[in-house]
Amino acid sequence: MNLDCKHVWEHISEYIDMTVDAELRKDIELHLEHCEICSAILDSTRNILVLTADDRTFELPVGYSKRLHERLKDEIEKSKHEPPVGETK
Amino acid sequence: MGTVQTNEAGLIARILAGEKELFHDLIRPYERMVYLTLFAIVKNESEAEDGAQETVISAYRHLASFRGDAKFSTWLTTIAINQGRRRLRKAKGAAEESIEEEADSHKGDFTPAPLTDWREIPLEALERKELRGALRAAVAELPDIYRQVFVLRDLEEQNIDETAEALGINPGAVKVRLHRARIMLQKRLAPFLRSTAPARRGFFGRAL
Repeated sequence: MNLDCKHVWEHISEYIDMTVDAELRKDIELHLEHCEICSAILDSTRNILVLTADDRTFELPVGYSKRLHERLKDEIEKSKHEPPVGETK
Repeated sequence: MGTVQTNEAGLIARILAGEKELFHDLIRPYERMVYLTLFAIVKNESEAEDGAQETVISAYRHLASFRGDAKFSTWLTTIAINQGRRRLRKAKGAAEESIEEEADSHKGDFTPAPLTDWREIPLEALERKELRGALRAAVAELPDIYRQVFVLRDLEEQNIDETAEALGINPGAVKVRLHRARIMLQKRLAPFLRSTAPARRGFFGRAL
């Protein structure tokens, strides 16, 4: 089947996640072979996902982990005078 | 069941049996995830950090109520989401929920921005600091329901079912929201990339 560009865009996210069925996948790939516009859209969308998953893009506040574990340490200390975790109150 | 879950189950059993310090180890792989989940909801660094701490403390206190039928990460994400929503309600009043419900049907332009020169510069572009900043800003500007799904799926790399369970929506809604979020980001970032891309464009400009 010949897909038009709009049809490809509608499925682009599922295509990236590999959740389209085999037949549609084949049709999309056929379309991508000769459509520069859709190929570029696919590549750019994928690039955004690569960039999103890159730890440098969304960084944690400096000292976050240290503060978190200090707080947790206090909590654990406190709870030592109580029955086992989860069974309080 | 993977090794991670097996190890986790072992850790959890030992913590519940009294080796409480092991909770540090249990939580360590998820610190980033908890913070990002909070940040996706409250969109404020210090609120997100406070919320992340509360989430971890709450998980510690209620560990005995964790049932092995869900993944620990999903259980933890659910606590984080609830924590985030509570904070948001406190900050904004109770208007949030009704917005959530109508948004899926909201008509928007969910078509991507066509551009043909982006594919030629990915590695170079992905190294750019400004591009990271632009992406952060674009994610922050997504409507809440789209941002939350996007963060769980594409930033924390949780799967569709885990995301659905944590957010209390169905897997179909996860797919729709994710698709829209990605397209909105593509559209938003396309002009940015185009303006910073080297002047190599045109359908056949690609080096073979």
